[in-house]
Amino acid sequence: MATATLSPGRQTLRRIFRNPSVLIGGTLVLVIVLMGLFAPLLGTRDPSDISPKDRNKPPGYETTVRDYDGNKVPVVYRLGSDTLGRDVYSRIIYGARISLIVGIAVAAISISIGTVIGVIAGYFRWLDGIIMRIMDGLMAIPAILLAIAVVSLFNAGLASVIIAITVPEVPRVVRLVRSIVLSIREEPYVEAAITAGTRTPLLLVRHVLPNTIAPLIVQGTFIVASAIIVEAILSFLGIGIPPEVPTWGNIMAEGRSVFQIFPHNILYPGLVLALTVLSINMLGDGLRDTLDPRFAKRV
Amino acid sequence: MVSYLLRRILATIPVMLFVAVFIFLLLRLTPGDPATIIAGDFANETQVAEIREKLGLDEPMVTQFFVWIGNMVQGDFGESFFYKKQVSDLIASRIEPTLSLSLLTIVLTVTIAVPMGTLAAYKQGSWLDRGIMGFSVLGFSLPVFVIGYALIYLFSIKLGWLPVQGYQRISDGVGGWLLRLLLPSLALAVIFVAFIARMTRTSVLEVLGEDYIRTARAKGQTETRVLLRHALRNAAVPIVTVIGLAFAILIGGVVVTESVFTLPGLGLLTVEAVLARDFPTIQAVILLFSFIYVLINLMIDVSYTLLDPRIRY
Repeated sequence: MATATLSPGRQTLRRIFRNPSVLIGGTLVLVIVLMGLFAPLLGTRDPSDISPKDRNKPPGYETTVRDYDGNKVPVVYRLGSDTLGRDVYSRIIYGARISLIVGIAVAAISISIGTVIGVIAGYFRWLDGIIMRIMDGLMAIPAILLAIAVVSLFNAGLASVIIAITVPEVPRVVRLVRSIVLSIREEPYVEAAITAGTRTPLLLVRHVLPNTIAPLIVQGTFIVASAIIVEAILSFLGIGIPPEVPTWGNIMAEGRSVFQIFPHNILYPGLVLALTVLSINMLGDGLRDTLDPRFAKRV
Repeated sequence: MVSYLLRRILATIPVMLFVAVFIFLLLRLTPGDPATIIAGDFANETQVAEIREKLGLDEPMVTQFFVWIGNMVQGDFGESFFYKKQVSDLIASRIEPTLSLSLLTIVLTVTIAVPMGTLAAYKQGSWLDRGIMGFSVLGFSLPVFVIGYALIYLFSIKLGWLPVQGYQRISDGVGGWLLRLLLPSLALAVIFVAFIARMTRTSVLEVLGEDYIRTARAKGQTETRVLLRHALRNAAVPIVTVIGLAFAILIGGVVVTESVFTLPGLGLLTVEAVLARDFPTIQAVILLFSFIYVLINLMIDVSYTLLDPRIRY
């Protein structure tokens, strides 16, 4: 077989890219990322543009607006309009930006903080008890309620939402990293490194941290997915990102009052949200199966 | 056993204490003084000072904390800033919908998920198995409010079979109560079913490879009996553990589901309290939910010995 000549790293990469979950999930995630990046080029208008005469229109509604020169320009509301006459299609496309920013920021911050705390708890045994009791306490508060409590302290905004979603995720990362560190420190090569006089910081960076990378990539994708859901929930409940900002949760919150007559304001952003989370979860499942076989066995 | 139980109960005390300190500090760190909020926009300095003294806000932080905890333990959660009522009364009047929704969701979940997961494990690798696992990934990804609205759209608006939103007390008729809770608990159950079906499959799969399953089959026992009596019973501990963990998701889900279906429960109360910055209510509800969560996990730990006589403490 040709694979025998490939380096282990390349073999892993090959395995990853041949996994159907990774392929389908990854492609969809890429489409959503591109959608967010190139939002202005996708036939969208200003997502905050209010048009009182075009309120609550069904998908496909066509009308004309006057541009700055006074000429009549035809516009079409592909997915209808909301209660303020804003274009739901444009708001959904731009909404991808907030969801992705929140998802990635929460994953990056919670993994960075969680890894540091987890390594400390796993390696320095005398700190372990205190740290893990604090983490147990944090985990005793249901994640969404903890996020709601944190968000209620600050004024609504992107930063406070990111902090609020990060806080409940940190203990989960700490637990994962700690359990890996605990199993790694018993490995013969770590004992050999200690015997050879490797200093603790170098030991951690060279021998312990590399073992956390694969599980953390997997965990990271799941954090992105759950952060996107929690952001949408907070915005939907009216305690997240300010309502004028186009986010999927905000579009749905906006549509609540007229849902029975104009269900599109809730169903379309809901569909996009579900599809996004589904594709990230598929990517995560595929990565878990290919990157971390031990993990795959457990769940 | 008794000593284990005692140790296990004692172990929850530091956790709950941490939760209490955390929630206390969290809401004390807020910009804005509760006394000013209660007094309203038209109060003068003396009125604010009076309220501050009445609430004990002029005491040192540590004293405030112990007074607060002492009151909590006695069931006195303080007075709501927004509703101007005792928080304990507020909670009592809102607990029925939440309890009904949670119980119905759990009943629904267990009756769907456990047979589903067992079947998937039994027919491992078949289309049925793949279908069930595919549904489970889907179930994880569908946010409860999206499912909720999709269900309302389909069953209430398009088909007109079920009421759209709202709640009816169980004392006003079980039929109406059940009818109004059916969609919310179904919406909430989806993620739960996904979670528990997956775990059931994994743990049944593990058990099915054991020697005693082969022995049972060799004895000529029927497949149903093998599955129910030998496989599922031995797979019960991890399944029950996951049901306990899933309570955290359930509690979060309750907040959202109650908002979607306008059920006047504790979840909706939480959202209203946050919007009104009603801190005594927020504190009490979060503490209550966390306490219930810790308590359920304690009960589950203890139930292991009942489910699996091999586990002894």
